[in-house]
Amino acid sequence: MPKSKFVSYSINLAAALAVYLLFHFLFSSGIVSRTLIDLFTLCCIFATAAVSLNLSTGLLGELNLGHAGFMSVGAYTAALITLAAGRSGNVGILLLSLLAGGLTAALSALVIGIPVLRLRGDYLAITTLAFGEIVKVLMRSMKITGGGQPLTGIALDTTYTIGYWALIITLIVIYTLIRSRHGRAIISIREDDIAAEACGVSVTKYKLIAFSFSAFFAGIAGGLYAHYAGVLEPSFFDYNQSVNFMVMVVFGGIGSLTGSVLSAFFLTLLPEFLRGIDTYRTLIYSVILVFLMHYRPSGLLGQRELSQRGIARVFRRERLEAQPISGVGGGRAVERENVPASGSAERKADSALRDRTGTSSGTPEEPLEHRMKGRR
Amino acid sequence: MTYFTMQLLNGLQIGSIYALIALGYTMVYGIIKLINFAHGEIMMTAAYSIYFFITLLHIPFIPATLLAMLLSMALGMLIEKLAYRRLRSASRLSALITAIAVSLFLQTGYAILFTPDPRAFPVTASSFPVFYLGEVPLSSWTLITIAVALAVMILLQLFVTRHKAGKAMLVVSEDVKGAYLMGIKVNNIVSMTFAIGSALAAIAAALFIVSYPQITPYMGAMPGIKAFIAAVLGGIGLIPGAMLGGFLLGLIETMTRAYIPASLSQLSEGVVFIVLILVLLLKPAGLLGKSEREKV
Repeated sequence: MPKSKFVSYSINLAAALAVYLLFHFLFSSGIVSRTLIDLFTLCCIFATAAVSLNLSTGLLGELNLGHAGFMSVGAYTAALITLAAGRSGNVGILLLSLLAGGLTAALSALVIGIPVLRLRGDYLAITTLAFGEIVKVLMRSMKITGGGQPLTGIALDTTYTIGYWALIITLIVIYTLIRSRHGRAIISIREDDIAAEACGVSVTKYKLIAFSFSAFFAGIAGGLYAHYAGVLEPSFFDYNQSVNFMVMVVFGGIGSLTGSVLSAFFLTLLPEFLRGIDTYRTLIYSVILVFLMHYRPSGLLGQRELSQRGIARVFRRERLEAQPISGVGGGRAVERENVPASGSAERKADSALRDRTGTSSGTPEEPLEHRMKGRR
Repeated sequence: MTYFTMQLLNGLQIGSIYALIALGYTMVYGIIKLINFAHGEIMMTAAYSIYFFITLLHIPFIPATLLAMLLSMALGMLIEKLAYRRLRSASRLSALITAIAVSLFLQTGYAILFTPDPRAFPVTASSFPVFYLGEVPLSSWTLITIAVALAVMILLQLFVTRHKAGKAMLVVSEDVKGAYLMGIKVNNIVSMTFAIGSALAAIAAALFIVSYPQITPYMGAMPGIKAFIAAVLGGIGLIPGAMLGGFLLGLIETMTRAYIPASLSQLSEGVVFIVLILVLLLKPAGLLGKSEREKV
């Protein structure tokens, strides 16, 4: 591992530990009420689900409307294992059940993914929706999952410590995945799958990898939720729940992991503190979603991350802006010189055409997110 | 045999409703390549309009349906103009998320305005006379539903193949830029497509709420998804495909519900989704669709 990478990983881990110790101190000292601690745990669980959804929606670029279905698979698997083991408060069995929940969720993603991941975006979205519905129906009809009755008596073992570290581990794994060559392959599929295939990226294989990783962590989030709520109902993991996670991902930034965490916390806490807003919540979400898609299609944070390097960059930029830029090569001025003189007229003509037909000829001036996955 | 014939007619009845909704999906998808998730919700709003026209304004059923069709057309065009038009050249992800947001907006908006409680529709299928074909009881409402749906589909097919505006629609779905260069006003054609689709959804709503006389803000979601599956089954973007898919899906659903063992009855809800996955596996372009090689 290069030294700079080692240093930055250690800083991030230390920061995670520091945040944990801060919360641990707050929670164990009794200043914070029990409900608030539970809320923090729930936020961590939802953030884990949102981050894992971001892998398939934000980084792979496929709309996944059945994320709650994967969560459901993981939740029921984990709950059934701990129920069979019959001992509560045993962290080892809990971790084992979480792992099993994640693996079954990943397995179901593989089973569904091998046939359908060859399909284009829209079909995939509708198939994941179908998957979520099928899971709901299955959980309702199978004897072992309660057969229409809620599954009760699950030990309340998910503490804030487990929730928090599950979230951190999820972040670490997904972050290192996307920073590896496999991750770059996944992102190249998002940008242009045909070009990626032409460069030798096996599109189906990497779609499957991203999809199953996403489902794995969704399954873990489901297992955590099972041991948080103590009761499981198939209807909790329905289409609306999947849309809820998608809203979190979109708000935080499509492709930004830390953005998902922030928005998951924000959107889970907001209705708790503004009780009156609850009836209007979905209405407000939907309006904000439409506006976001119109004016900021990549979400609030975009693809940026809230990282120590990002923070450092902000400070550096401030320092740079404070100094007067002098001499040749001072920043952006050079880029602008390269634009041909005829460029603006061409662009005007193109935008006129686009206004009337709603299509574009894809000039290079267009921002990347407009061209990505365009209609063909 | 009697039971089978009854189920067959039931299947055709719900299937014709699915087909009418699926036409709206398939036309919009054919023209701007967008799954209009809000289409089921347009049907829901039409159901509410018909309900209020009848209960508050005491307008008879058929004029109420015609008025609701006009309202839905306006709503469909408004949604297209406000929410979708700007996104036509944006990424598919943004367009899909917007469509989901619009559907959520209509659902929760209606739930807040009119409370989520179900309302009973005053006209029910049992108020229509019942004939007997041999031993098979046959509600005239079933016949009316199937006949209305078939008539509307034939009219639509004639419009698309004979009328200038209908042909323009086919051209736009073929090639947007080429259509623009041929002097077709693309934006008007897209608006028209949404208007026609929404009007068909309103007809479907009228047929649906008499057969299943309960109106809730969430009633559009399931028929909407099933109609979309019907459109995929027949071949999305194809008008005859939507009709065929709708009828087939209605039959499949009714027959499984009728013949599945009682212990597995919960599973019948999932059957249509399994149909979807099977179709996508075996013939992704749908029954009537030709698979196209992708051009770079």
